[in-house]
Amino acid sequence: MSRETLIDLLYLFSATTFVLALKGLGSPKRARYGNMLAAFGMLVAIVATFFKYVDGHPLRHVGLIFLAMAIGVLIAVPVARFVKMTAMPQLVAIFNGVGGGAASLVSITEYIHIKSTHPATYVILEVLLGVLIGTVSFAGSAIAFAKLQELMTGRPVTYPGQQFLNAIFGLGALALIITILVTGSSSLLWILLALAFVLGVAFVLPIGGADVPVLISLLNAFTGLAVAASGFTLGSNLLIVAGTLVGASGILLTRLMSKAMGRSLTNVLFSAFGSVVTASGDATRADGRSVKSGSPEDVGVLLNYASRVVIIPGYGLAVAQAQHVVRELAEELEKKGIEVFFAIHPVAGRMPGHMNVLLAEANVPYEQLLEMDEANSELQTADVALVVGANDTVNPAASDDKTSPIYGMPIIHADLAENVVFLKRSMRPGFAGIENELLYNPKTTLVFGDAKDTLTKILATVKAG
Amino acid sequence: MGNTLLQYATVLMLSIFVGIEIISKVPSILHTPLMSGSNAIHGVILVGSMLVLGAANTNLEEVLGFLAVLLATLNVVGGFVVTDRMLEMFKAKPKSEKKSDEVTR
Repeated sequence: MSRETLIDLLYLFSATTFVLALKGLGSPKRARYGNMLAAFGMLVAIVATFFKYVDGHPLRHVGLIFLAMAIGVLIAVPVARFVKMTAMPQLVAIFNGVGGGAASLVSITEYIHIKSTHPATYVILEVLLGVLIGTVSFAGSAIAFAKLQELMTGRPVTYPGQQFLNAIFGLGALALIITILVTGSSSLLWILLALAFVLGVAFVLPIGGADVPVLISLLNAFTGLAVAASGFTLGSNLLIVAGTLVGASGILLTRLMSKAMGRSLTNVLFSAFGSVVTASGDATRADGRSVKSGSPEDVGVLLNYASRVVIIPGYGLAVAQAQHVVRELAEELEKKGIEVFFAIHPVAGRMPGHMNVLLAEANVPYEQLLEMDEANSELQTADVALVVGANDTVNPAASDDKTSPIYGMPIIHADLAENVVFLKRSMRPGFAGIENELLYNPKTTLVFGDAKDTLTKILATVKAG
Repeated sequence: MGNTLLQYATVLMLSIFVGIEIISKVPSILHTPLMSGSNAIHGVILVGSMLVLGAANTNLEEVLGFLAVLLATLNVVGGFVVTDRMLEMFKAKPKSEKKSDEVTR
């Protein structure tokens, strides 16, 4: 067997481990082994690549390759290992962005390498697509990172003529690609690179924090597609398979996420959702109804008399870092024979499945986490719905009020429970910027304050009771 | 348009279907690890980065290739480590009966 055939066989093995890894992610029990298998497959592919011949000679600059890898490992391991769990969404965003950047650089470098041989038009097209998609993913992820890390506002950033400008950028990139294909001018490639960068930034700016779960999975798909494009240019089946798997899965996940918001993908990406705040944020409404606020002790007593409690977490739980206290509270209630469930909205938080990871970190067993539909049937018989840092995902306007901007979004029906308790920092509206009727419902009690403090006090009362 | 292009296109098409088929079965509780895991998998661009740096003839290619290897390493290592850290946390509920058994023993 020749050297090249052996290497290709090893690549085939790697590609298989990637497929099996994604399949393994279908169950919590096998997921970890799946991920380890993919990591092993990746290692095999990397080691095999060191023995590959390019242009008829063994790999050059092996020292440089090792140096770059060493720097990468030295940065990535500590960051990935020790960054707080609540910072997970921005971490995923940034690791995705650098992948897009790498794909873009690979396409450019390969183009510089082969341009003297006058490559076929379709090869140049592959390069240009790799550069465009990879760079958009890189720049977009950087902005998403800045939004999640709160280096900039999480609200949509809008300016006059924004959509028009974005359309110009998009069409400009397209026109540039056609020009390069026709003229074969390589200096225009750098302009495309710059334009793609601007496009990535401009495209993400108007997308608000609560829509980031959709955005992150879309950018993930972009990087996958950029990798697949590089695979075409380099003639690597491994890159095509891996890139396409990620691209396809990312797009599917993106669609699932926007469906969970009851909005179309175009609406999520282009409508600057959440930039208009219509809620007054007052405790008393114009019609004289006001909210009923209570103390943590009241809630503790209420919980002690309940037999079935459903906890509905939202992004506020992550912000307050209250996941451990909420788990303690759930355990304490269970000890008293009270049934406790967590109701997880698919888009709660800032990335797909954010609440699941957060609660898993606090050792909440995953059997206790209910998906939306299941949760809604449990809520019908629940005595208390405890809403911690969520708002829009329990807003009944999504099913009652046809004029509401969130109308059509599937929600968790906290209003079905006997009693509803909201833990909120203030009367500030949720991300959608609209009034939540449930806050003024007579069976609702509001407890203002930091979710972690409040939960600690509730826990103390439950323990004493 | 050569036969190789057609062969790559075939691989592309089949991968799309495999990707969609596998992913549609992932439960929503695992969406974050799924995203993070597929994030690590597109780190396979490291292989491509090694090939372009290993073929570099000019200084410009060397610089760009070096950056590509660095960024791709961040992607692949960070991606797998973060995913593993997440999945480590997904544990089933420890059997409470067993626990009390141990205490009484």
